Amino acid sequence: MARAVTPRRKLITTLAAWAVALIIFFPVLWMILTSFKTEASAVANPPQFFSADWTLENYAEVWARSDYPRFFWNSVVISVGSTLLGLLVAVPSAWAMAFVPGRKTKDLLMWMLSTKMMPAVAVMIPLYLLFQRLGLIDTKFGLVVALMLMNLPIIIWMLYTYFKEIPGEILEASRMDGASLWGEIVHVLTPMALPGIASTMLLNIILAWNEAFWTIVLTTTKAAPLSAFIASFSAPQGLFYAKLSAASAMAIMPILILGWFSQKQLVRGLTFGAVK
Amino acid sequence: MGKIELTKVRKSFGDVHVIPGIDLQINDGEFVVFVGPSGCGKSTLLRLIAGLEDTSSGTIEIDGKDATNLPPAKRGLAMVFQSYALYPHMTVRKNIAFPLKMAGMEQAEQDKRVERAAKVLNLANYLDRRPGQLSGGQRQRVAIGRAIVREPAAFLFDEPLSNLDAALRVGMRQEISELHQSLKTTMIYVTHDQVEAMTMADKIVVLNAGNIEQVGAPLELYNNPRNLFVAGFIGSPKMNFIEGAEAAKHNAHTIGVRPEHITVGQGPWEGVVGLSEHLGSDSFLKVAVDGIGTLTVRAPGEVNAHHGDRIKLAPGGKIHRFDANGLAI
Amino acid sequence: MSTQSSRFAARMMVAPSVALLLIWMIVPLAMTLYYSFRLYRLISPDRTGWVGFNNYLWFVNSPDFWLALFNTLALVGGVLIITVVLGMLIALLIDQPVKGQGVLRILVIAPFFVMPPVAASIWENLFMHPQNGLFAAVARSFGAQPILFLENYPMLSVIGIVSWEWLPFATLILLTALQSLSSEQLEAAEMDGASALSRFRYIILPHATRAITVVILIQTIFLLGIFGEIFTTTQGGPGSASTTLPYMIFKQAIAAKDIGRAAAGGIIAVILANIVAYFLMRSIGKHLDA
Repeated sequence: MARAVTPRRKLITTLAAWAVALIIFFPVLWMILTSFKTEASAVANPPQFFSADWTLENYAEVWARSDYPRFFWNSVVISVGSTLLGLLVAVPSAWAMAFVPGRKTKDLLMWMLSTKMMPAVAVMIPLYLLFQRLGLIDTKFGLVVALMLMNLPIIIWMLYTYFKEIPGEILEASRMDGASLWGEIVHVLTPMALPGIASTMLLNIILAWNEAFWTIVLTTTKAAPLSAFIASFSAPQGLFYAKLSAASAMAIMPILILGWFSQKQLVRGLTFGAVK
Repeated sequence: MGKIELTKVRKSFGDVHVIPGIDLQINDGEFVVFVGPSGCGKSTLLRLIAGLEDTSSGTIEIDGKDATNLPPAKRGLAMVFQSYALYPHMTVRKNIAFPLKMAGMEQAEQDKRVERAAKVLNLANYLDRRPGQLSGGQRQRVAIGRAIVREPAAFLFDEPLSNLDAALRVGMRQEISELHQSLKTTMIYVTHDQVEAMTMADKIVVLNAGNIEQVGAPLELYNNPRNLFVAGFIGSPKMNFIEGAEAAKHNAHTIGVRPEHITVGQGPWEGVVGLSEHLGSDSFLKVAVDGIGTLTVRAPGEVNAHHGDRIKLAPGGKIHRFDANGLAI
Repeated sequence: MSTQSSRFAARMMVAPSVALLLIWMIVPLAMTLYYSFRLYRLISPDRTGWVGFNNYLWFVNSPDFWLALFNTLALVGGVLIITVVLGMLIALLIDQPVKGQGVLRILVIAPFFVMPPVAASIWENLFMHPQNGLFAAVARSFGAQPILFLENYPMLSVIGIVSWEWLPFATLILLTALQSLSSEQLEAAEMDGASALSRFRYIILPHATRAITVVILIQTIFLLGIFGEIFTTTQGGPGSASTTLPYMIFKQAIAAKDIGRAAAGGIIAVILANIVAYFLMRSIGKHLDA
């Protein structure tokens, strides 16, 4: 807003905003701090903020006790793989719905979204049996397919809202200029929608990275990603806070950093076309 | 070559018959303008010719070959859109070269043609900019450049000047006319502005509610409008229509007199000046004439007539006569 | 811009997504439907057969069912209200001219990147634990008894945790919506003598309607299936106090190893999801001229 703001008012709102933001962020901060404390220091009473015994021991132990690189690699393959596969299927569909809309397009979009409303637990057993039959249990490919299908409606919807912003005349112009359908999508639509495609990719990598139901149900060891890694650490309640925090930090840090760096891009994507 | 022939072309969207059936022949090298009020189907007709819409029935022939079911890319036509439809992620050079690239032309030949088009259109200094960095007029030129490099059988223009300001519009209008004179390629130009139609066209097609009202050279339409619609649409300010006793004197249901054909001073009509607009070169008067109604009069700039004055008018030039169905007699 | 060939191409291009989603939806659903009418216990795999609606009857007559249903709706409704209201307030605050807006956004968005099991275990262990949790320490420092969050207020605790996870999503969408509002509109309203409250009511809120709709829609989709947070923290307890429909199904399938009953519960959950979806689409779908 371009209105005159008194310095006093600015100071008050700044302090208030920072206080709120720090409260929201505090659990993550506290977890990170705890991960660098000794176990004794982590549960000390009263809680230690600055006077703790700092150590890297927890990270070393978590690293030694479990095969972190494998979990990490599985997470990368599954989240990136399912997102890329999803985009491959979704880009043509979103193109069609955005530029050749029919009377049923909106219903179709809503139906796609509604497939996500089915609670995962409700179809857990059949899907498990199905995956078992197909030999996909504990395979990265199986999870890539499962998460791709799970996020496909979101990917299509996001791309659709981005494509809608591209004027149809430009695509018509490319058709007049002799571009085939393929040429139109590759040379004109995709480059123009690149920021939107990037946002879509980011959000879906994050959703897939943080998915913690199918990734746990459908894996045992070989293909288990970081969500399963952390689940194996959270078992003993109220114990080993420092190690639990270190493992937690290791599980979320890659995506937290990616998310922070791409924050602007991501927030734009998050709005699902809600903000013009 | 760019001879285009439409036979019984029809277009419906569901139950709405946008174009009930049109026959039209466009000769090679002609500058044809489709003109009409918004919603008259002129843009749809252009898009049918372009292949961006399917015809519901009828045939479109381009250079004697049936093109009704050809995709846009195969028709050998180029189009300039109202929004210019430039590719925002490509430089001007790449924009202009895009159709050549799609046609699989060699890079060297592409460069040569782009340079040539840029020179003609005064774009040589902007080739490495993106459309976002150009002014409206420059974007318009890029859009035209993209159309001419292909050396198409015909150019299609869809209200290309409506996004430009008034001064630029006059300039671009002349540039497009000059382009036509030098290229001698068929051009089809859609506009709702009858001034553009009158100044640019070899042949004007006046459309109304999806039907062709009249086809002809600009002056032919001006001098001999076939019906009330064309008479009212062509010419500015609009032709005055008079019904009743005055029309009966000329054995017509309606008579039409153009504002520029009425002289102020002496004459049989007498009335009071309402609004008077003095533009310097001309003066436009609204005169409430006794027993006839309000007439628009285009008088010389120095005419001495103001609000409330009582003046005498004489119809001169041609008096257009129309029957009860609105057709010229 | 549609010709027959482009419409045909469009259909071909939508087809793979539709087919994949149809399979993804129908195959498990059909299998669940089949099991829901069967006797199928992993403990006694030899005894099988059709049991009609018995599985459904057991599920609906189970004392936990109505509680689970209520808990599910309370979770969805509670989180929606908290995130939308708090999110709007925080967005209004951050939208003010404040220093370091970029960093603020980074701090606020952080919970969104935390995977559910980690979020649940941070809250359960580091904050809500009655001995070692930070809340207990704070209570003790005031000389009060630590609150037994997960024992005494299990459902509220779960709602709190899930709200924390989804607050960034709501806040950032609403913030983006606020930032897209032209200041001229607000200035005009101010010239017209509108108070801050009526500016919010008549200018800001209508402008943000679409954004709020999207927040509600997306969150509902994810909230209906919430499972991991309950599994990590309360395990549906104490007793059945924090058992939701998904968790009840999970208990039948994994703890009781009764696939038939779990499947019946699954079908009920799907029906519930469809009812919610129907009302959701009807009441807010019109704001989504997608």
